[in-house]
Amino acid sequence: MNVGTFILVSAIKTVIALLVLLTAVAYTVWLERKVVGHIQNRWGPTRVGPFGLLQPLADGVKFMFKEDLVPPHVYKPLYIAAPIIAVVCALTSISVIPIGNWVTVGGLRTPLQITDLNIGLLIILGITSMGVYGVALAGWSSNSKYSLLGGLRASAQMVSYEISLGLSLIGVLILAGSFSLREIVDAQAGSFWGFIPKWNIFYGGQIVAFFIYLTSAYAETNRIPFDLPEAETELVAGYHTEYSAMKFAMFFMAEYANMITVSCVATLLFLGGWHGPLFGAAVLQEILPVFWFLLKVFVFLFIYIWVRGTLPRFRYDQLMAFGWKFLLPLAIANLVLTGLIVALRS
Amino acid sequence: MPDNYFVRYLPLLIHFLLAAALAGAVVTLSWVIGYRRPTRAKVSPYECGITPVGDARGRFSVKFYLVAMLFILFDVEAVFLYPWAVILRQLKMYGFWEMLVYIGIVLVGFFYIWKEGVLDWGQPSARRGEV
Repeated sequence: MNVGTFILVSAIKTVIALLVLLTAVAYTVWLERKVVGHIQNRWGPTRVGPFGLLQPLADGVKFMFKEDLVPPHVYKPLYIAAPIIAVVCALTSISVIPIGNWVTVGGLRTPLQITDLNIGLLIILGITSMGVYGVALAGWSSNSKYSLLGGLRASAQMVSYEISLGLSLIGVLILAGSFSLREIVDAQAGSFWGFIPKWNIFYGGQIVAFFIYLTSAYAETNRIPFDLPEAETELVAGYHTEYSAMKFAMFFMAEYANMITVSCVATLLFLGGWHGPLFGAAVLQEILPVFWFLLKVFVFLFIYIWVRGTLPRFRYDQLMAFGWKFLLPLAIANLVLTGLIVALRS
Repeated sequence: MPDNYFVRYLPLLIHFLLAAALAGAVVTLSWVIGYRRPTRAKVSPYECGITPVGDARGRFSVKFYLVAMLFILFDVEAVFLYPWAVILRQLKMYGFWEMLVYIGIVLVGFFYIWKEGVLDWGQPSARRGEV
């Protein structure tokens, strides 16, 4: 494959990925409203289309036509840039995530991934941590007390939990010996004694790392029980209090896109990626890996929503103590133990 | 897959530019087609209907700065551990002991800030009463 074809194929894959991601974001919002509705003994959206399925579309149109206020007390360049930064970082981080094996379409053999980089995981970590700028700048540039408090809380919380998140991945890196997401997934092929899949979550105490990752990821994406940056009961809406119309919606798009990215990374690192039972005809064998991957991501997203419908919010001092005094030492202990086991075996 | 490593990063750039163009277009479109009828009450900072007092450029807790500094220290630690983790299988026990020394030094600092009360947000520091 020469360079021109490669770039053309990548551009096509990028467009498809962005469309799929935006649709997925819209329908994750729908799923959340529906599931949380049922948890709270309500119906959720029902009016727009069958089962309220056209609700995301209606919301999008509504956001477009809403009054786009830019209050005079804000610092305008950053106020406008903040939602764009948040959403661009959230949408870009999906680009190195592989969703399946290589496929051949029209004689071209290409991976189901926009680009296969050998430092894929580092790129995801780098881009998602840029996302904190969107939140921090939104809080500061709004020049409103609620926004400032929300932005400060959000940035302190996101940087605190990013350390535990980063350290929890080291166990997986030790086991796989690579930064490439594709190689990390390939290292999880096969099974123990023929029936327990060789996913990292079942391997060498990595269930602890999975727990740390899960908790930190919830805090990173500002979701319940760590949604203090936008704690409605005390801060109105936190860092996006002063935003309206599409700029407001973009923070939501960024949040849900980040949720999807986090679920994809969790699936790739801990739940064996696209590995799962393969059976049936040749066509089915091609499709099944992608199906298993999407199923695992869906389960992860469902747990996200389930947790939101179940748990109350942390207090701020509890949040900081939990992150620094519990998760961080636990992550260090996990990486030392995993390192010891691997070093002794090799 | 081209062998040139630089070319492999081009799709990332394309993706970034497309996402940026999309975000910019959405913001512009919403600004163009949304109506605007600002009133004095609408454009004042939102404080639940109370008339705002001053603006938000005041002072805030120094703890947020401390957390930012600690983040840099510990994130650099994590970044140092990444390359080590990838090649641990080649380094074997030697690499493990070397890194244990490094983690030990970091942990000494960690327990120092813990004892100093930097990580306690609930009550003001008992020792000096400032943070």
